[in-house]
Amino acid sequence: MQKIFDTPLYPYHRSPDQDAPASQRHPVVIIGAGPVGLAAAIDLAQQDVPVVVLDENDKVSFGSRAICFSQRTLEIVDRMGGAGPMLEKGVLWDAGRVFFGDRQIYDFNLLPDADHKHPAFINLQQYYLENYLVDRVREIEAAGKPIELRGRNKLAAIGEHDRHVRLEIDTPEGPYNLEAEWLIACDGANSPARRMLGLDFVGRVFEDNFLIADTIMEADFPTERWFWFDPPFNRGQSALLHKQPDNVWRIDFQLGWDIDRGEELKEANIRRRLHAMLGENAKFDLEWCSIYTFQCRRMAAFRQGRVLFAGDSAHQVSPFGARGANSGIQDADNLAWKLQLVLNGTAPETLMDTYSTERVYAADENIRHSTRSTDFITPKSETSRAFRDAVLDLAEHHEFARPLVNSGRLSEPSVYDGSRLNGPDCADLPASLRVGAAAMDAPVAGGWLLDRLGGGFRLLAIDQDLPTAPDFGAVEVGVVELSAVDWPEFRQRYLGAARSALYLIRPDQHVAARWLGFDANAVRAALETAMATATAQKGTT
Amino acid sequence: MTRVITGANIAGADDFYAELLGLHVGRSKLESDAINARLILLLANHIGDRDVLREAMQMAAAAGQPRNARDGEIPD
Repeated sequence: MQKIFDTPLYPYHRSPDQDAPASQRHPVVIIGAGPVGLAAAIDLAQQDVPVVVLDENDKVSFGSRAICFSQRTLEIVDRMGGAGPMLEKGVLWDAGRVFFGDRQIYDFNLLPDADHKHPAFINLQQYYLENYLVDRVREIEAAGKPIELRGRNKLAAIGEHDRHVRLEIDTPEGPYNLEAEWLIACDGANSPARRMLGLDFVGRVFEDNFLIADTIMEADFPTERWFWFDPPFNRGQSALLHKQPDNVWRIDFQLGWDIDRGEELKEANIRRRLHAMLGENAKFDLEWCSIYTFQCRRMAAFRQGRVLFAGDSAHQVSPFGARGANSGIQDADNLAWKLQLVLNGTAPETLMDTYSTERVYAADENIRHSTRSTDFITPKSETSRAFRDAVLDLAEHHEFARPLVNSGRLSEPSVYDGSRLNGPDCADLPASLRVGAAAMDAPVAGGWLLDRLGGGFRLLAIDQDLPTAPDFGAVEVGVVELSAVDWPEFRQRYLGAARSALYLIRPDQHVAARWLGFDANAVRAALETAMATATAQKGTT
Repeated sequence: MTRVITGANIAGADDFYAELLGLHVGRSKLESDAINARLILLLANHIGDRDVLREAMQMAAAAGQPRNARDGEIPD
């Protein structure tokens, strides 16, 4: 059977740019058609920003790679019109087991969160997500949106200029030049763009290797996440078993630092490990195997002149906690609306600096979480191992120790505390939705809140009468008027003890400002702050 | 402000101390380390208050130093 990652999805076609007498300038060029580049492209094109995506390949990525997509990612992709197939194909799971040595120490069941449109996370191979996003690109392209995907177009050189970059692109038919007002580098952990610009990338390398085996089996394993600390089949190390669609199981074996990669990757050796884990009679096929080591690091800044870095090219984390692809999608979400406002002249170029500061802040948070998971899974000293084992031994008998067990923390969107785009907050409203937080979904009249908000700036008026058609100046603000009276989750999340409220929501659905009552001047001022057009600079971020 | 109780608070101090040592009689260093780690976690959970725990950690780290080095560091 031909696999999805064997089929060229965006084969090379000659572009008119290659025959143009002078190099053509595009508003936005994106390098890399992975999940982050595709998400950024769709988001921009849907706002009518012309965008060209270049990829040196013409297929989706090989092997499962990212497999766990968070609620926030589903919400963002849903807004782009691409979440339907993800939810249809993805595996929903809410139960898991934790093993220590040869015994199960506890199991857990994350209660399904029925009052959000999307589940807390789904498991799905990265190649499916990429495939669905390419499908979405084709849909909006057919509907006339200015988006173009060029396969087997490889970045060869970047020339930096004040107001644009010049690109040299290699193709099967030879090189050509392109210009871009803005370049978004979504070209992965080994980012050629980052290397060509000579930008540093510092952080912590973890001295460890992991073997990933995507294993196809008709097993009676339930759809649960199983995590082993120090199992008999992988002494002194850890292991993870996680279900993906199509009866593919992701199995991760921690190998330690001092290994022979060639030996470990031999199919006979991988099969021996899997039999030790799954039993001598287990029947399985290997779909994809890889050994990886990881690093926790980020660039000093995600903007360099007219080049923006997003996803793995800008920051890398350990795989524990599903923070790689998920944070990259949030980079795209943060970037697209800002770039649209800068390109159409509504906001100053300095707005793009806040892409860097806000997402650097998020990257630091992700690196902190994933470093802590790594330190728990791989204790770095005798004492840290003693405490780790103590936590696991206690967790078998006492509920209190279970929250200390850290085999990866669920990825949640960052709250941009201290961002210079933040407007006034109101202490009488719930702290979890403070200014900087991503709007939380809730059931409301006519469906789900996040669907009602959509993209663009929104003024969410809850149990509050607004004057008809208020004018907020330079940018269009959609007014969403809702009542929380019969909607307890909505009331609890957005009002708390207050009776009414007004939220100004950014196009990426983060809260820009909030008040108890309406004042048109206050909203106008908060909008200027949120677009970095306010003349007075406040804050430090 | 000191939150950790630093005045004598255990009735039968010698008996408590004997029980603590008794826990480790006949144990290897590895076993004792494991018991101590579990004991710290149990007590920390019982206390619960992060400020108290942080202060106790700082006091535990500082108390091993010579007296002149810790002047002013351990409020009593």
